[in-house]
Amino acid sequence: MKVEWDGKQYEFAKPMVVHRLLEELSLSKEAHLVVANNKLVTEDHKLEATDDVRVIRVISGG
Amino acid sequence: MKCRVCGKPASISLKSYNTALCAKDFTSFFEKRVLSTINKYSLIDDNDAPIVAVSGGKDSLALWHIINKLGFPADGVYVDLGIEGYSDISLSKIKIMADMLKRKVFIFPMRNVIEKGIDDLSRTLRRAPCSTCGMIKRYAMNRICIEKNYSVLMTGHNLDDEASALFGNILYWKDEYLWKKGVLLEGRAGRLSKKVKPLFLCSEREAAAYAIINGIDYVYEECPFSVDAKSLLYKSILNRLEELSPATKIGFIKGYLRAAKKHKSAEGENEDREGGDCKVCGYPTYGEKCSICRIMEKFEVKNKFYFEEYDPCCLDSHKKIVT
Repeated sequence: MKVEWDGKQYEFAKPMVVHRLLEELSLSKEAHLVVANNKLVTEDHKLEATDDVRVIRVISGG
Repeated sequence: MKCRVCGKPASISLKSYNTALCAKDFTSFFEKRVLSTINKYSLIDDNDAPIVAVSGGKDSLALWHIINKLGFPADGVYVDLGIEGYSDISLSKIKIMADMLKRKVFIFPMRNVIEKGIDDLSRTLRRAPCSTCGMIKRYAMNRICIEKNYSVLMTGHNLDDEASALFGNILYWKDEYLWKKGVLLEGRAGRLSKKVKPLFLCSEREAAAYAIINGIDYVYEECPFSVDAKSLLYKSILNRLEELSPATKIGFIKGYLRAAKKHKSAEGENEDREGGDCKVCGYPTYGEKCSICRIMEKFEVKNKFYFEEYDPCCLDSHKKIVT
């Protein structure tokens, strides 16, 4: 599974649920959203090995 | 997780409401929440002409999108701070939305008027960029409202913005700012516009989800000057609390609004928005001259204060559209 996060690309060989992916990347569930194959998905969604995944930070400062 | 309304796969879980919703039902939920905030706090009157302060970020673009969708035709105003590699991208996103909404956007070109970008100006003034940015934006946005007859300035401040600012004010016990927050700040006729925050009770996560679901093309990158902003630290602390105890942020802000109401009725409304008028430009200030006129004087800038206009349509922005 290809994962884009913070301008970098990550590869994960095995399927996993979204909250596990966020744990792997040490990211907060409250501050990030996950888009799989252009669709927003919940924390319990199972990501397949072939999915295109984007992690989006929702916090902005200023 | 299934959508609580239709039973289809959910797109977002909302733990603070103990629910999960699909894309369609979440869009409807979010828009209703904005509308109920507008109605509950009487943010827009029948005769009001609103304008939305847009930055190119998710909150302001989502707000601009929703407000027009809800039947309140609103133009936009953008303060171009001249940040290399950031301001231009932000403006391009704003123009995409302006084209889609068929709404005008006024642009304050800071570098052309003040002859400095935000980086030069804050360095010269020895002031933090975020503080200088706030000062310029407040002035320019108020001025556009008065000059072009917009009666309400809408900003995209969300629940997390408000909770983190409140947290900072309490943490350092900034008594002078503590009770100045609100969903609505009344104006002063001909000088100071009414300011409203329709996303006050919507979390940043919800605003981002709305933008993603509705295909709103916004600037994902953080402003280069806010990387070390304390507000980001406060937001992550509050989000940690939210994860451990859902609805903490909304409880914090709703509790504040109740307390602020009591405080205002005891102290008198809008004590914070009083003050005089600048003897040069005539806009509100606490001193003889406003900060902007003092800057123009200090750097001997003779340029006139002006706004550029991007108009993708010929709709009259002061007329309501019947939807």
